[in-house]
Amino acid sequence: MMTLKVNGQDHQIDAEPDTPLLYVLRDDLKLNAAKFGCGLGQCGSCTVIVDGKAVLSCVTPMVLLEGKQVTTLEGLGTVSAPSPIQRAFMEEQAAQCGYCIAGMMMRAQALLQRNPKPTDEQIRAELAPHLCRCGTHMRILRAVHRASHLMDTAALSPADKRSAP
Amino acid sequence: MVALLVAGAGAALAVAWRPAIAAIDPPKPQSFDPALIKRGRELAAIGNCNDCHTVRGLKNFAGGLPVPTPFGTVYSSNITPDAETGIGGWSEQAFRRAMRFGVDREGRHLYPTFPYDHFTNVSDEDDRALYAYLMTRDPVRASARENQLSFPLDQRFVVAGWKLLFLRQGTYKPDPTKSAEWNHGAYLVEGLAHCGACHTPRNALGAERASASFAGGDVDNWQAFAINAQSPSPVPWDADALYAYLRNGFHPDHGTARGPMAEVVSNLSTVPSADVRAIATYMADVFGAPSPDRKREGEAVLAQAKSGAAATANADFQGAAIYAAACATCHESGRPLPYGGIKLSLSSTISAPDPRNLANIVLTGVRPVEGERSPIMPGFAESMSDAQVAALLTYLRARFTSQPPWTDIERVVAEARRSQTAFLQTSAGVRNAPAEPSQRDKP
Amino acid sequence: MNAPVILDRRRLLKGSGALVVSFSLSSAFAQDQTTQAPPPAPKLPGSLEKSPYLDSWIRIDADGSITAFTGKAELGQGFKTAFQQIAAEQLDVPFASLKVITADTKLTANEGYTAGSHSLQDSGTAILNAAAQARQLLIAEAAKRLELPAENLRTENGAVIAPDGRKLSYGELVATEMLHVQAQPTSKLKDPTTFKVMGQPVPRVDIPAKVTGGVAYVQDLRLPGMVHARVLRPPSYGAELMECDTAAVEKLPDVVKVVRDGNFLAVVAKKEFQAVKALSALSAAAKWKETAQLPKQDDLLAVLTTKLPSEDFVILQRGNASATGQKTIEATYTRPYQSHGSIGPSCAVAQFIDGAMTVWTHTQGVYPDRAAIAEMLHMPPQSVRLIHTEGSGCYGHNGADDAAADAALIARALPGAPVRVQWTREQEHGWEPYGPAMATKLKASIGDDGKIVDWSFAVWSNTHSMRPGGAGSLLAAQHMEKPFAVPPAKPLPLPEGGGDRNAIPIYTFPNAHVTHHFLPDMPIRISAMRGLGAYHNVFSIESFMDELAALAGTDPVEFRLKHLDDPRGRDVVEKAAQEFGWHTGQQAPAGRGYGFAFARYKNLAAYCAIASEVEVNRETGRARLVRAVAAVDSGQVVNPDGLTNQIEGAIVQSTSWTLYERVTFDERRITSIDWQTYPILRFDAVPEKIDVHIINRPGRPFLGSGETGQGPAAASLANGIANATGKRLRDLPLTRKRIKDAIDA
Repeated sequence: MMTLKVNGQDHQIDAEPDTPLLYVLRDDLKLNAAKFGCGLGQCGSCTVIVDGKAVLSCVTPMVLLEGKQVTTLEGLGTVSAPSPIQRAFMEEQAAQCGYCIAGMMMRAQALLQRNPKPTDEQIRAELAPHLCRCGTHMRILRAVHRASHLMDTAALSPADKRSAP
Repeated sequence: MVALLVAGAGAALAVAWRPAIAAIDPPKPQSFDPALIKRGRELAAIGNCNDCHTVRGLKNFAGGLPVPTPFGTVYSSNITPDAETGIGGWSEQAFRRAMRFGVDREGRHLYPTFPYDHFTNVSDEDDRALYAYLMTRDPVRASARENQLSFPLDQRFVVAGWKLLFLRQGTYKPDPTKSAEWNHGAYLVEGLAHCGACHTPRNALGAERASASFAGGDVDNWQAFAINAQSPSPVPWDADALYAYLRNGFHPDHGTARGPMAEVVSNLSTVPSADVRAIATYMADVFGAPSPDRKREGEAVLAQAKSGAAATANADFQGAAIYAAACATCHESGRPLPYGGIKLSLSSTISAPDPRNLANIVLTGVRPVEGERSPIMPGFAESMSDAQVAALLTYLRARFTSQPPWTDIERVVAEARRSQTAFLQTSAGVRNAPAEPSQRDKP
Repeated sequence: MNAPVILDRRRLLKGSGALVVSFSLSSAFAQDQTTQAPPPAPKLPGSLEKSPYLDSWIRIDADGSITAFTGKAELGQGFKTAFQQIAAEQLDVPFASLKVITADTKLTANEGYTAGSHSLQDSGTAILNAAAQARQLLIAEAAKRLELPAENLRTENGAVIAPDGRKLSYGELVATEMLHVQAQPTSKLKDPTTFKVMGQPVPRVDIPAKVTGGVAYVQDLRLPGMVHARVLRPPSYGAELMECDTAAVEKLPDVVKVVRDGNFLAVVAKKEFQAVKALSALSAAAKWKETAQLPKQDDLLAVLTTKLPSEDFVILQRGNASATGQKTIEATYTRPYQSHGSIGPSCAVAQFIDGAMTVWTHTQGVYPDRAAIAEMLHMPPQSVRLIHTEGSGCYGHNGADDAAADAALIARALPGAPVRVQWTREQEHGWEPYGPAMATKLKASIGDDGKIVDWSFAVWSNTHSMRPGGAGSLLAAQHMEKPFAVPPAKPLPLPEGGGDRNAIPIYTFPNAHVTHHFLPDMPIRISAMRGLGAYHNVFSIESFMDELAALAGTDPVEFRLKHLDDPRGRDVVEKAAQEFGWHTGQQAPAGRGYGFAFARYKNLAAYCAIASEVEVNRETGRARLVRAVAAVDSGQVVNPDGLTNQIEGAIVQSTSWTLYERVTFDERRITSIDWQTYPILRFDAVPEKIDVHIINRPGRPFLGSGETGQGPAAASLANGIANATGKRLRDLPLTRKRIKDAIDA
């Protein structure tokens, strides 16, 4: 039995210490965003944030997570109250089948948390571990730029926001 | 040390000053014989020139790569045929002088970060081919970055003293008691391929220790293993294994060449097989035939790895759990290299005296080469703390080798974390994947 | 106008939305008792032809809630949204007030497969017309009740409104069975200039859940008591399981059962990670006898054109002996096997209760897959229900149908329990049916006037679909103790075709000869992949057009226009060229090249032209798409943003296919089994810009656009590379090494 902190809540998890986080998130905690794409650390679909850093949950065993904070896409916002990155992806319609998108968004979120104004080059380098088969890359890049912009205006005062584009 | 240099420089005033060679108009690419350019390309690949002279984000051979040395950072120069910022104004004589004596066109001494202590062995004919190749590349306008060296090392004449002490000038002299292939290999290894520049330890003045040839060195915060009788490889190397490793970028009994070696094998996969064969023959002799004990140990390790018998599990619970979930999926998959992780009992990296390379790999993984079949290993820098990486490394050392445990691992991991971030930001990256024969460039 | 003579026509597929004869005309004929046979009944638009009852498509409940049904599946193309737009527009209700139910054998019409870019043409058209006719019925009912002429009434916001303001909501008007009437051949469709929702970039209804972790995929399905299964597939085609100590595996913690049926082997566990570990143990315990003999992967041209037996069809023959050519060239183009490479390996959930089997699956065809599964299990089809639940993008026939069969077979062994089967990455890569390898040989001559006077095109290919194929097309059924045989391969009929899709050029040539060498033997498992034969045929034709343009000394765009009569095709070519900045005599910057290509998918679906700027690194041979400009005509546009998304995606996906991809294999096994060994495009190769220009044709029939970009994108790239390097590459993929060898040669 171990305690796993996910999206700000403590959970008691009965899993072997070598269980990859991905299965705990999906099967024990019934969270959908992190996806099984390969289980080999090659595609990025399983990406979540642990202590502020993007990690591949399919190759992150439970034993590494004692005392760490796990954040999944569900923890960033909801349909009625989306976070800037979620709003940006909806506004840019940055998805086709959408299977890779949650992983992309978590990697982007981690990037924006440490570098709120990344260049195009930096975003591309950051997303290098992620595969998208549908070819939605252009929109994903636009959405990350948009999220950066939204985060910027979100930080403004209400008066500033009224005049922001 | 400074006193020694000043004394040396004073005594060598004659060599301290070199005349400038007049600048020429950049020669027309059409003026060079295509066959010569082709051989030049192969020699440049053997010399691994593009690796040092290209930095991420800039064009080929335009320089700008920061090379950390114990004395400060030296930036590689622009060797494209640009007239102003590159070597476009260099005559062939000037080029040859740089290779042979480490002096640029204007007569200034070059820092031995440019390994002319090896390139001095290159023949005139090969220098001609290299010149032809470099002068027919795309010219790129990119000024050299200022080196970051402290006084008096930033004064180039000081290098004259260094040369007096350490530069053995002249071309390679063949050994008549050895085969032609061995000699060709020696010529390449001691010359263009400059293996010792990484694989030989250096003295306090930054020169290779002649008495410790190939006994191991450091480069870019990686450890270049000993490639002589002190090799840490669990399975001893022979000429065939060396050839396959250098040519294809991997060997099933030894592993996949990554880190700074990745670019080397990427380049060697594009040169005629005879050149690689020669290098392998020479180096096999440098490794020397293994002693009967060593041979027996190697065979035992191989047999155990192939049979899949589990080595005795260490009591370290965290390390074992991390290994099972994060490593075993690939490293015990039974898939052949280079796409399956190597059986760790065969890994030189885990058997090496220093955990640094293992820390580097575990932290940053192995990135795929764009669009080519190539190994992918996830990096664990984000998901593991220094303490967790150290626990894993300790476990791997205990489980897969019979070597004494490493010490001070956490400090090595912390340093590796810092240095690899820098490495990844500046290295232009590997162009070529470890290859099956069908993937290899035509020489 | 280009009117090819098709010698081997088996079935003519009419375009959508077109009405042939009205009812009144046909009844007049029926009264005429001459020897003339009555004309065929007028066809109903789209899928209404097969499912003519309006309530197969639209349901209105007494509380006013509206549901639109489609037999097609949401694959990530945004169809659910597009259909919702169509229904909302024609019914005159707010977009958000209705919902769409997709492919479900219990609830929706049988529309075959969501494939071939047919969805808007077939299903969209059916919903368009059914919704419009439903609205007319509601107006008629209101007219009766209000005792007013129908033409005085209007609809708005889900109600029928009289001039004096009296209102009757749809919910009040609807009666049971009111929509249980057959559709008419024509409908009173809304005037496109009044569209509120159709033609608008309405945000997709499925994206919010996908960006917030809502339940969106079959992989997210969790049923009470669900158990987790993993299948152990054989190591190669036709391998036989000689021995396996399943008892030892069944003793592992939390393992519920090991299911074995001949060579079909699967392990079921209570928790998913336990299933993963048990699969590993099962794999180690299984001993196989392998007998597969695969062809030489580096010699596919010889395999296809000389070693495999072929059935030869001349599909175009046009002769004009007076036209003779001065300069002749020929070329051979090849394509390897290529993989769908779905990001999410296939998955399905099945439950067998009281003789009824339910399967939640991302198959493209719930009805045909149901028939196949029922046949495999020797069950009546009515006892099997398949419910489409989204998976990751499939781009054709991937492992989805097989995963559904796996789940059903295992569920039958565990009655009552919902069984979830998840394929591994290696299984998806190793066992999916690939896009077939193809070879084309082209020859043409230019006359004095600089135009093509004769054209010869031959294509060698397997079939491009093994569906519907009954149980024999399912891996589980092929591997069972009493196996089902793989059905014999059949060519897909023209005008759509399979290996010959787009083999007939859209251009006009005085002499033209096109042959389809159909190869029935399939040494490697293949089936439909996005674009089918069109990807390679358009790649070949459009590359060769450039080669001919060079021979004629003419600009590539100008050269195409000289031979293109179709006005909508010309519009799309001119638009792409203009927006790109294409002009005769242009010169790309050093190290770069410009390329152009055009095709009309299947010669009857959407038109697409693409102009590209390509960069080639002379040192390494690496090619990179810098920017692409596309123009597309897909008839009446339903959702312009959805269409743009599809074309952008097609260009990026095709770039990956064209520059990197081929399935690899040795003499026995498939060796490209993960992303290391089957690399696809990553962010470092994404272009700087893709612009998509849509030519909207309001009121015109919908033209399928999901596959129209793949072929032109490939040829545009190849032409750009040729322009940049002066070297023509004809063997896909156009890898860095091939380009480098060509430059060095």
